[in-house]
Formats: sequence, C-alpha cells, structure tokens
Amino acid sequence: MIELRKLTKNYGSNSEPAVADVSMQIERGEFVFLVGPSGAGKSTLLKLIFCEQQPTSGRLYFLGRDTARFRTGELLKHRRRIGMVFQDFRLLKQKTVFENVAFALEVIGRSTREIRMKVPAELAEVGLTGKASAFPGEVSGGEQQRVGIARAIVKDPLLILADEPTGNVDRDNSRQLMGLFEKISLGGTTVIIATHAWDTVDRMRKRVLAMEKGCLVRDEQRGGYSHES
Amino acid sequence: MNLNAIKYCLRQGVVSLRRNFWLALVTAGMIAVSLAILGGFLLVALNVGQILHGIASNVEISVFLRDDADPEQIRTRLTGIDGVREYTFVPREQGLADFGRALGDSALFVDLAGETNPLPDMFRVRAGDSALVETMAEEIRAFPGVEFVDYGKELVARLLGITRWLNALFLVVSSLLAASAVFLIVTIIRLSVMARQEEISVMKYLGASNLFIRAPFFLEGMVMGWAGALAAVVALGAAYHRLAFSLQREALIFFLQPVTDPEKLWPVFAGLLVLGTVMGGFGSLVSVRRFLRD
Repeated sequence: MIELRKLTKNYGSNSEPAVADVSMQIERGEFVFLVGPSGAGKSTLLKLIFCEQQPTSGRLYFLGRDTARFRTGELLKHRRRIGMVFQDFRLLKQKTVFENVAFALEVIGRSTREIRMKVPAELAEVGLTGKASAFPGEVSGGEQQRVGIARAIVKDPLLILADEPTGNVDRDNSRQLMGLFEKISLGGTTVIIATHAWDTVDRMRKRVLAMEKGCLVRDEQRGGYSHES
Repeated sequence: MNLNAIKYCLRQGVVSLRRNFWLALVTAGMIAVSLAILGGFLLVALNVGQILHGIASNVEISVFLRDDADPEQIRTRLTGIDGVREYTFVPREQGLADFGRALGDSALFVDLAGETNPLPDMFRVRAGDSALVETMAEEIRAFPGVEFVDYGKELVARLLGITRWLNALFLVVSSLLAASAVFLIVTIIRLSVMARQEEISVMKYLGASNLFIRAPFFLEGMVMGWAGALAAVVALGAAYHRLAFSLQREALIFFLQPVTDPEKLWPVFAGLLVLGTVMGGFGSLVSVRRFLRD
C-alpha cells in the first residue's frame, strides 16, 4: 500500500535531514508503531505520507502511485483516504462533538442525510453516545481523543496516521484508545501510530519501525519499543 | 464543489458569522470607520468641486459695442460660438440703471439718461467652462462692431490654477485614503482569519479543497465589508443630510450651496458600498491564501 524508496527530507541545506534515506513497505490492513526519540523524524515521515510536505529526494508510492506526481485533485483524493489523529486532538472548540465529526464529511461534500446516519454510528463506535451535543471543552482529554478518532474514521479512510495519540491522556484512556485503533485495523484499515508510549508498544507486539536521527534503524514484526524489550 | 459543498459553504458562512459575532462586529465597525473617512473626504471634494465650478461658470465676459454696431449681428455671431452657455443683451439705458443700482443710488445717473448716456450697448456672455473664457473673449473681440471686451483675466487664470491644483490634491489624497482603507480592511480581515487559523489547518487535514476553505471566508468577508460599508453610508448620509440642509438655509451666495443633487451624491455612496463589499471578500481571499500554501 505504501512504499518508500530512499526517502529523504531536508528542511535546510546545512541542517541534518529530518528523514534520511528511508526505504520500507507497509501493506494494507497493517498496524505499525513508529518509535524513536523526539526529533527522530517520526512526525516528518507522517507528514510526507500525508503529502503535507514533499520529500527532498527519493520516492513515496501510495497504492502504486508516485505521490510526487499527484495533481491537485489527486492530492485531495489522497488526503481524503487518510484519517489524521493528533496528540493535541485539534478539535474545533466552537463546534460540538457531533459537529466536529460531521465536519470531516461536510468538507468533502457529503450529504446531510449521510452525515445524520454516519456520525451517530461512529460516535457509538468510539463510546461517545450521549456526548454528541457537548463542546470539546466539556469532555475529558480521553473523550476528546475519541472524538478525534471518530472524525478520522467517519470518512472510511484506507489509512490512519496518528501522531502521539495518547500523549495527552492517562494510562487507562491510553489503553482504551489503543484498543480502538486495533479494532479499526482489524476492519481492514492500515494504522500507523507514532508514539513514545513504550509500555503500549511492548504490550501490543505489533510491527515496529524504529527511527533515529532521521534513519530507519529497526523494522521488526511483533516488536517491542526498544531492541531489548 | 458539489451542491452539498455549496450549501455547506453558505450555511457555514452564516453560522460562522453568528458564532464569531463580536469579532465580525468589530471588523465591520473598523471597516465602517475607514470608509467613512474616505467617504467624508470624497464629499468634501465633491462640494469644493461644485463651488469652484459655480465660481468658474459665473465668470462673465462683458462685450461693449461701438455706437454704430448692430446688436442683432453680434447676437447671431455669439450664437455660433461653441461653449457659450448664455448671453444677454444690455441696452445702454439698462446698463446705466444697473450701474446706478450697483452704486446704491438709482437716482444718481438720472441726468445722464438719454443722449448724454456715456455707456455703450453691451452683451453679457457666460461660458460653460472657465477654461474657454480667454479664447472666447479673444474671438469676440475680433467681431466687427465690438469696442472692447472685459472678463477679469486674472481671476480666471487664478481660478484655473486653483482648480488644477485642487483636482491633483484631491486625486492624490483620495487615492491615499482609498489605498489605506483597502489596506486597513485587508489587515482587519486578516486578523479575523488568523483567529481561525486552526480551523483552516483542520480543514486541510480533513481533505477540504482550497476553494471549499476559501468560500465561507469569502462570504463572511463580503458580508462584513458590506455591513461596514452600509454603516458608513448610513452615518455619512445622515450627517451630510443634516449639514447640507443647514448650510443651504444659511448660505447667502448661491455658488456656496452644498451638493444636494442625488445624481451627484449616489456614486459616492454606491462606490463606498461596492468598495467595502469587494474589499471584504478580497481581503478574506488574500488572508486565507497564506494558510493554504502547499
């Protein structure tokens, strides 16, 4: 589904590359943890996959298409096939929980009828039935991230990219959120999670891609957070 | 954009204005102030222009005739000159009476009436444009039967100079004011867009097209611009109405009358409305653009 060939991203001509010469493949439906210290290049790699940034060199193929050759329409289509989940949730404070999730469908021009059908179903899926009319400020951090996940999955994406999704929630919520991601993955959606949550990675034993200073230093099926774990 | 997206954009524009009501109100208020300053200046320029035109179009050429001149012949030739707005024939008797009245004693020249009247017959000619006065006077001077012409040469030259200078000044100042109003409107709208930067970035992450992101902001910008311009037009209109009518009552000299002709006033007010609305929309587009790169 995703193929990286010697992918490199440099932010400045004199600085160290944020992503350096990374090659790998991710298949459809895979659950992948992207681990490494801060500044290792995890977030940049997610941005490159989302095509928010363009690589300095190398190739990135999505469903066999070279993303560098995407035209505007294809770029939009690409982004609509990806659901993003963020550490800081990025919910719109002035919109209710329902409206935040509905927003993902509204911006891609889906009908009101479809929105009325799908949003409550997704809210139920992430355990937020009864919170639809609350504003983000009125629910807990864990619940806000559930809204973020519901917003990411409501458009039936092929891929979920999550950047430190449990960074702002407690241990219990973190465990529940990871359960949700696993459920999504079992439904056939590819999930890539950049995280520092070593205990979660060690517990779940999924494929682990470890990065250091922009380089991919480990690619391990059923791996742990560190080489020894 | 499909129909759902268009409907959404329209709805979103309205909802967003309601939710950001105070920000929108402040923005519209600032737009109103900047447009009212520009509009006020344009009204001053319009009135000064009318006053100058009033003075200029009242410059009179006095054409004094020889005793043997045929007034009918002169009348025919005057009719043939381009730019003559009006002319009146003043027989020497009436000239003497007018002179006496002008000096404040109509009985003063009674003895001079009849054969001893030293004044010749004359025509009073008015030009449609003060710039034509000099050439027109020269042309009339060459008519057979014309003794001499008088038209306040210095006044006309001075008036033309002032008019040219004021026109240039008004053009520069109104251009500067219009440019600063545009800059202010764009800046204000940019601030209101920046306050919603996060919303734009979320829309991008959700796969919204640039057109889709721009549309509600464009709509909001137009509404804010229009509302601000409308407030400016209403306030300016009311203030001008009051001022103009009180001046009209008090002004003694007819060419100092303020402009009250709707035909001359509506372009100023309509221009402000169009400028506010267009600049509101344009300001939004420019402001959103910087968040849509890549």
